[in-house]
Amino acid sequence: MTLAGATRNEMLLSLSNIVKSYQTAEGGIEILRGVDLDLAAAESVALAGESGSGKSTLLHLAGGLDRPDSGIILMNGQDVGALDDSGRARYRRREVGLVFQQFNLIPSLNVAANISFHAKLAGRFDVDWERELVDRLGLGDLLTRYPEQLSGGQQQRVAIGRTLAARPPLVLADEPTGNLDEATGDAVLDLMLSLSRSAGSALLLVTHSTRLAGKLDRKVFLRGGKIVP
Amino acid sequence: MIWAAFLALLSHWRHRPLQLVTLIIGITLATALWSGVQAINAEARASYARAASILDQNGLPQLLPKNGDTIPMAVYAKLRRAGWSVSPVIEGDYRFGPFRVRLIGIEPLTMPIENRIFAPSDSSELVDFISKKGLLVVSPATAARLKDVAGMPLKIYEDIPDDAAFTDIGAADRLLNRKGSLSRIVMATGQRPDLPALETVAPELISQSADDRPDMARLTDSFHLNLTAFGFLAFVVGLFIVYSATGLSFQQRRATFRTLRSLGVSLQSMTAMLLVEIMLFALISGVLGVLIGYFLASALLPGVAATLRGLYGASVPGSLSFRPEWWLAGMAMALAGTALSSFQSLWRVRRMPILAAAQPRAWAGMSAITLRLQALAGAILFGISVFLAFAGSGLASGFGVLGALLLASAFLLPAFLSRSLRFAEGRSSDALAVWFWADTRLQLPGLSLALMALLLSLAVNIGVGTMVSSFRLTFLGWLDQRLVAELYVTARDEAEAARLREWLPKHSDAVLPIWSVEGNVLGDRLQIFGVADHPTYRDHWPLLNGLPDVWNRVAQGDGALVNEQLWRVKGVQPGQTISLSDGWTVTVVGIYSDYGNPKGQAIVGLDALVQHYPNLAKLRYGIRIDPALAPDLKLQILREFGLPESNVIDQASLKRQSQAVFEQTFAVTGALNVLTLAVAGFAMFASLLTLSGIRLPQLAPVWAMGVRRRDLALLEIARTLALWCATFIAAIPVGLALAWVLLAIVNVEAFGWRLPMMIFPADWLWLGAVAFVASVLSVLLPVMRLATVNPADLLRVFANER
Repeated sequence: MTLAGATRNEMLLSLSNIVKSYQTAEGGIEILRGVDLDLAAAESVALAGESGSGKSTLLHLAGGLDRPDSGIILMNGQDVGALDDSGRARYRRREVGLVFQQFNLIPSLNVAANISFHAKLAGRFDVDWERELVDRLGLGDLLTRYPEQLSGGQQQRVAIGRTLAARPPLVLADEPTGNLDEATGDAVLDLMLSLSRSAGSALLLVTHSTRLAGKLDRKVFLRGGKIVP
Repeated sequence: MIWAAFLALLSHWRHRPLQLVTLIIGITLATALWSGVQAINAEARASYARAASILDQNGLPQLLPKNGDTIPMAVYAKLRRAGWSVSPVIEGDYRFGPFRVRLIGIEPLTMPIENRIFAPSDSSELVDFISKKGLLVVSPATAARLKDVAGMPLKIYEDIPDDAAFTDIGAADRLLNRKGSLSRIVMATGQRPDLPALETVAPELISQSADDRPDMARLTDSFHLNLTAFGFLAFVVGLFIVYSATGLSFQQRRATFRTLRSLGVSLQSMTAMLLVEIMLFALISGVLGVLIGYFLASALLPGVAATLRGLYGASVPGSLSFRPEWWLAGMAMALAGTALSSFQSLWRVRRMPILAAAQPRAWAGMSAITLRLQALAGAILFGISVFLAFAGSGLASGFGVLGALLLASAFLLPAFLSRSLRFAEGRSSDALAVWFWADTRLQLPGLSLALMALLLSLAVNIGVGTMVSSFRLTFLGWLDQRLVAELYVTARDEAEAARLREWLPKHSDAVLPIWSVEGNVLGDRLQIFGVADHPTYRDHWPLLNGLPDVWNRVAQGDGALVNEQLWRVKGVQPGQTISLSDGWTVTVVGIYSDYGNPKGQAIVGLDALVQHYPNLAKLRYGIRIDPALAPDLKLQILREFGLPESNVIDQASLKRQSQAVFEQTFAVTGALNVLTLAVAGFAMFASLLTLSGIRLPQLAPVWAMGVRRRDLALLEIARTLALWCATFIAAIPVGLALAWVLLAIVNVEAFGWRLPMMIFPADWLWLGAVAFVASVLSVLLPVMRLATVNPADLLRVFANER
């Protein structure tokens, strides 16, 4: 059920009344209290909010990394919350691309192998597209290096390349520029936006920065466990 | 402040009990195997020393003949008259019925006080001892054996080694038929200063100073070195576990170290606290290890005693006594080993800047440079091993070859595995397969020590297994050649032997006397056998090398065969002339294999032997008869002569007994093999468990990209199996090289015989299956943890604040 190439007005992701709580030593904490959020295909949305407001949790739920306590997550009409472990693994492999603040590259693989890894897992490896990504991300000279030999900015560019090489319908990015300086962060985000559009991927990006959020199609806030305009 | 800081450091273990258990088990295993082996060695050495002190009086200087093997009584008399404080000894092997004992005849009144077996107050016993009836002083076990066949009173004395008997010199002279010829003369330590020189009084004698190293201790050196090597290998493998466990605990506490330092704990105090902590664990584990070592040694000692008896004829008690020296040595090894294996971690803490990053970094990062340096060291050691193998000589050089070979293979293993994994990665096209091989390579630094331990134990298993199996096959073939008589009969005395010589030829195809004497050949006392001129020997006796017409020359009495041991150790060559006793010289005409005997031996024609030793014991005979008739003949002999059943043994029983001795001989080696492999398996388990604690950040991104936890867990099993498999493959050539060194160098140097090397691939498959099961067991717990890991733990990897 690949959505690559979908037009902007088609609904891609729909989260309805999502509730999620965590158990701590002090008892349960309800972090999401009925979140509703829709994302159209190829749309880019910035998700902002204070620290601890549940932005990353929401991203993890949308990415199939975690299950909501209640509520429905529909990806192109399919209930992600109802999928079993294997179904969610397949969902992550084929429908979603994740970019993290900590980069989370695979340390044992070099840059070239890291970039192609997800695309190959998803069965969507395309040499020409990968070559274009490498060129546009400026990674041509770094392909044989290993993650530990790269700067933070370079690592994040590789992480973006890895995600977009798979042309996922939905890219979920959790403060991808949080570890970078302002200039590098701006450059990385511009690249990500541009490449997401080229790939036809929707983008849900968690950020603290209003300035960066302004570069996206739409901006939503998470406050008190709910989405506010 | 210090106490609070110490408690904060110790609190780490409360949260990680499994890690603590691993650490304790590592030190305990290392100490147990080491101190167990040392306990066995200490017991055996004490036994040799006791035996030598009693039997050989080796604590005293002695006088020996320069030529030949006896001293005339007149020489002794001259020494006494000249004022020398000396005492005569007549000794030799004597057969009481089926039991052969070492008979030592002493003169109790002149024997120096240090070596008297009777206290001066035992006057009645002394009278019995020197009476005409005689008295045999023996150990309880020997008394039990001799009680029906000795023909003279027995006196039990606890300190006397088994299979030895003291008697008055007169009785010994009579029994051994020495006619007043002495074996040696013992000297008291405090001789008068004005004595005439030995060269003046008795120029035919040489003086030998007191020696505290018994012959048996020298003879069995290689066996004990072998045991020590096994113990040390297991100790080192155990220390690998300690190294991994302490390394991880120090890495995990980097944040605590930083915090403590920030709060004002000095670097010296923190290092001291960590040292105290680790020594505390070493102390507890050391006590446990020594205790387990004691029980292990108690369990293994009967087997070791049987081995020493079978291989060297050494008598070692089957029970262990408490010896403070190895308890202390075991504790010292536990403390020193733990300190050594924690040194690198402590050093890192001392060098860690106060503001160092708190995240645990790669557990034991091994750079490409380290890998190259290790490979270089391995190559150099391999070169040393090859050089020593072809240019060195002696037992020490043989063990040098072994040590260098094992160390070289251990050092070369990570580079071999890294290259193999890189090759596999290059040949894979599937993304998950590429990641699998690359990630396996990433785990190598953390697993390399455990894999080295595994390689060593597998190689030792293959090497020693090949040696033992080659030995077994050769030995059984050799037994078939040597034990060709259908029955072996031992008379209880010469009169009975004479009756047997009359009776047996009428009831069998051939009677082959098995007669021997102890003689001085090329400076050593050894057995000289006489053989009858019969096709049994011509057709069956296993000759390694010989001149033409060997058997005719032996039968004529001018040729002798020597065993492989004498040939190798003394360099005796066919064609060479040797002296067998005073004035009797023969030409060496052939060399025969004589497995299981560490001493030299010679064979001459029976007639020649009887001619030179007319009074030799003529008690034993081999009987040739149609095998189908042998059981009936056995019954007839038993009936006719009233012999005990143990005096008439059929060929099959003798072979069975010999095989049982052989199997018992290597039972200890087998047990140590299994124990070493078990420790290596535990080292692997400890390393995998350690790694599993830091695997999540490496696995979480792959999980996030759509690989299930279950699949990741299966891949972890496959990874471990791949490493075990590669290590096992690497261990085969190393093990075979080890077997070659054992067979071609160490055995030849230690025992004087060389065995053909044979290959036993089925044994490897069996070992491979055991290793496979052990690998699955070692990875089971870490993988179960991974398969059931809470997704929240995986998500924590992606949290922005970790």
